[in-house]
Amino acid sequence: MKTKLSFRRKAVNAVMLSITGIFTMLAVGLLFFILGYLFVQGGFSLNWNFFTKLPAPVGESGGGMANALLGSAKVLLLATCIGVPIGFLAGIYLAEYAPPAFASTVRFVTDLLNGVPSIVVGIFAYAIIVQGIRVGFSTLAGGVALGVMMIPIALRSTEEFLMAVPGSLREGAMALGATKSRTIATVVVPAAIRGLISGMMLNLARVAGETAPLLFTALGNQFWSPGWRQPTATLPAMIYEYAKAPYEDWHRQAWAAGFVLLTLVLLVNITARSIVARGFAHKSR
Amino acid sequence: MKKIALLLSAGALWAAVAPAETLINGAGATFPYPMYSKWFNEYKKIHPDIQINYQSRGSGAGIAQVTAGTIDFGASDGPMNDLQIKEFEDKHMGTTILHFPTVLGADVPTYNIPGVNVSLNFTAEALAGIFLGKITKWNDPELVKANPGVKLPSADIIVVHRADGSGTTYIWTDYLSKVSKEWETKVGRGTSVKWPVGLGGQGNEGVTGQIKQSPNSIGYVELIYALQNKMLYGKVKNPAGEFVQADLASVTAAAAGAAKAMPDDFRISITNAPGKTAYPVSSFTWLLIPAKIADPAKKKAIVDFLGWMLKDGQTMTEALSYAPLPKEVVAKETKAIAKIK
Amino acid sequence: MATATFPRARPARRASVFRRMFSADSLARAGVFLCATAILALTALLLWELWRNSALARARFGFNFLTSSNWDPVAGDFGALPYIFGTVVTSAVGLALAIPFGVGAAIFLAELAPAKLSDAMTFLIELLAAVPSVIFGLIGIFVLVPLLNRVVPGLKEAFGFLPIFSGPFYGVSLLSAGVVLSVMVAPYIISVSREVLLAVPRDMREAALALGATRWETTWHVVVPYARRGIMGSVFLALARALGETMAVTMVVGNTPQIAKSLLAPGYSIAAVIANEFAEATTDLHRSSLTELGLVLFGLTIVLNAAARLLILATGKRAGQ
Repeated sequence: MKTKLSFRRKAVNAVMLSITGIFTMLAVGLLFFILGYLFVQGGFSLNWNFFTKLPAPVGESGGGMANALLGSAKVLLLATCIGVPIGFLAGIYLAEYAPPAFASTVRFVTDLLNGVPSIVVGIFAYAIIVQGIRVGFSTLAGGVALGVMMIPIALRSTEEFLMAVPGSLREGAMALGATKSRTIATVVVPAAIRGLISGMMLNLARVAGETAPLLFTALGNQFWSPGWRQPTATLPAMIYEYAKAPYEDWHRQAWAAGFVLLTLVLLVNITARSIVARGFAHKSR
Repeated sequence: MKKIALLLSAGALWAAVAPAETLINGAGATFPYPMYSKWFNEYKKIHPDIQINYQSRGSGAGIAQVTAGTIDFGASDGPMNDLQIKEFEDKHMGTTILHFPTVLGADVPTYNIPGVNVSLNFTAEALAGIFLGKITKWNDPELVKANPGVKLPSADIIVVHRADGSGTTYIWTDYLSKVSKEWETKVGRGTSVKWPVGLGGQGNEGVTGQIKQSPNSIGYVELIYALQNKMLYGKVKNPAGEFVQADLASVTAAAAGAAKAMPDDFRISITNAPGKTAYPVSSFTWLLIPAKIADPAKKKAIVDFLGWMLKDGQTMTEALSYAPLPKEVVAKETKAIAKIK
Repeated sequence: MATATFPRARPARRASVFRRMFSADSLARAGVFLCATAILALTALLLWELWRNSALARARFGFNFLTSSNWDPVAGDFGALPYIFGTVVTSAVGLALAIPFGVGAAIFLAELAPAKLSDAMTFLIELLAAVPSVIFGLIGIFVLVPLLNRVVPGLKEAFGFLPIFSGPFYGVSLLSAGVVLSVMVAPYIISVSREVLLAVPRDMREAALALGATRWETTWHVVVPYARRGIMGSVFLALARALGETMAVTMVVGNTPQIAKSLLAPGYSIAAVIANEFAEATTDLHRSSLTELGLVLFGLTIVLNAAARLLILATGKRAGQ
């Protein structure tokens, strides 16, 4: 018996479910739109100059972002050297050694650190490095700012993946006479290595795009930045500077830089996730 | 694993070795940024071992950071006031900060009005009214009166000003304070003021960009930014009653009086200058250099650069539509370089 | 008969105190312990620096800082209200757009899409979360603002009587920033909501369907309410992200410290004003006020993150019952 009510309910059902489907398509489509737009605007501006030349004087064309690419690489390298070891080792402590109360405290404080807005981390790095120890605007200050941002995620992901290693592995090693630290170093960590590397890559990809903390730490540089104590150009900061300016040539370079940055970030993300996915697939066999 | 360790130690070594170059860092005004970026690029070509990095962040940042000691020199189009100079001296154990004029430039009222393809005439009352928010439409009688024959739309005026601390703002508000009592009491002059109306753009670059994208907008930018971006800018009525367009001649005319009356510390305002052909919103722009520079290599480099700037550098200004310094000022400045210890 | 000869067992002798203290094992333990405490020390240092550097402003203005609208560097008077207003409004607009959109997509991914498709699409949507903020800003300036310039006149014709759509539109506005934020936080809502919806026990769905409900009715009236707390948790997470967002907002919000009743008016946010004014704050009071703003923002995100965590945990516990 078909009643009006039943038709209306069916209609609502169909309509609402289609809407959710459309929303999902939109969400996925956005990603492709952004990538595509960047490629069309910037991909074609990617030329040899972009990767090899220094910025040209204001208003002249033909400049590039070679120094920004190197600057970003240096800042990220420094950030990784600061953030990852501290987060990783602290994660080991939380997963393997810490008494529960202390572990909760550290986790809580780390969450606090993670919640610090990136601009505030910039203020902190300025106060401590640029002004405090009088290094001035520098790759060092930028690296410290991004390194501080990397610590919470490094710690959380290390703890998570180490805790996922079955206890039997640890017990087996210790039964064979290995000390605790030996067990961790030679058995537990290698067992979790896929997750750890994946976590590190995701962490790196996240800070690679951060601009705000670099504004008053690394400042900027129209030339090469030697060493670690000089201001340096970085890719996200250049994108920001060029995007707000009126010069068409700078806009094109901003698109190109955006495309390069996004491609790198997405590639690292995809690689990181596939490492973990493959790992789990292997385990299930 | 060993390879990574090797690479890291190599990198650390490379960083630890002192660079053979002299590296100098400065930041500040966006007003002269096109000129400075050209100068420092050219200077590096002549002296490859001296690298002067200049970042345009606004005059406010230039003053703040040179006072904080995080950069070697600053740059500003609004000279430091006595309070700011005292603050510098307090932070640097008694040494003072010196002002060195570099070029002459102009703030122009640039706009983007669909349908208007000519340079408009702006009276002082018009500009004050627009920026005070009292003149809100393009076809306001004050504007129509000064521009017979131009069809101005009845659209709302979108005012764009600087969001950051800016010498360009200082020049503009200095001019408005001189021509409008109401502006002087209500807003005043400064690198960062409480704007009655308008949107904020970052740097001369940001303001130009914003105007380019906003129909019916108006803002004040340094001349070169309007020229390089092929934007229209208006003529401003000077105290002699003439509507003058900013260019090399009119800016140089504005500085004519200052050349003879230049004080020893070079801090002088030339807005609303007398003279039939003078452009009323002109200004010097200054490098802010500490009187005492600890590092001998940096001191030599800066002193040499200043010398070069006053001779060869001045020949490059016209290509970027900045007016060179008057001869009297150059002579006075060359002597003042000796004050840097 | 071959018997293996075991080495003669020697009685175990405990290593000396010195040996035990500096053995590799205890050094390793000390080392990782130090790293954990280093994080505590670092966070303490950060909070102390923020507190110390904002002392001047806190002493001068007290609670008036949060209620005053006057931000006047020349006169030395600083009030945070316009920035708090802008931060809250842009985030609210962002969420208002992202929640229906995000929860809708999460419903599709959790309830309707076949597992493989759902996984693949979620993967792509999570990549959207990885896009750097400055790139959203880039797209915001050059794509969204021109688009809004074309769409808003129509919007004003239809809804112009509402105060939130009154006044002139310049392209850069609270609305523009809100739209950009919605795109940036939607992936968080989608990802977490999807997880939470997937965790709802099957029998709830099956019971509803057995009673004759349609798929949609089951989802909307049974599953979603069950996962309500977790979804709210995802919203709080998204909000925390939106509040701290700097680059994308400053590029499209108009950088005007004012409290306007219209979304079409330009505004300012806490993170944006810090980014624009910090390097140039000449007076200690100005810098101190900006630091205090940073402290306010940090406080907001702490509260939200804590609330989010509690809510997501609450759903997890409930599902396990």
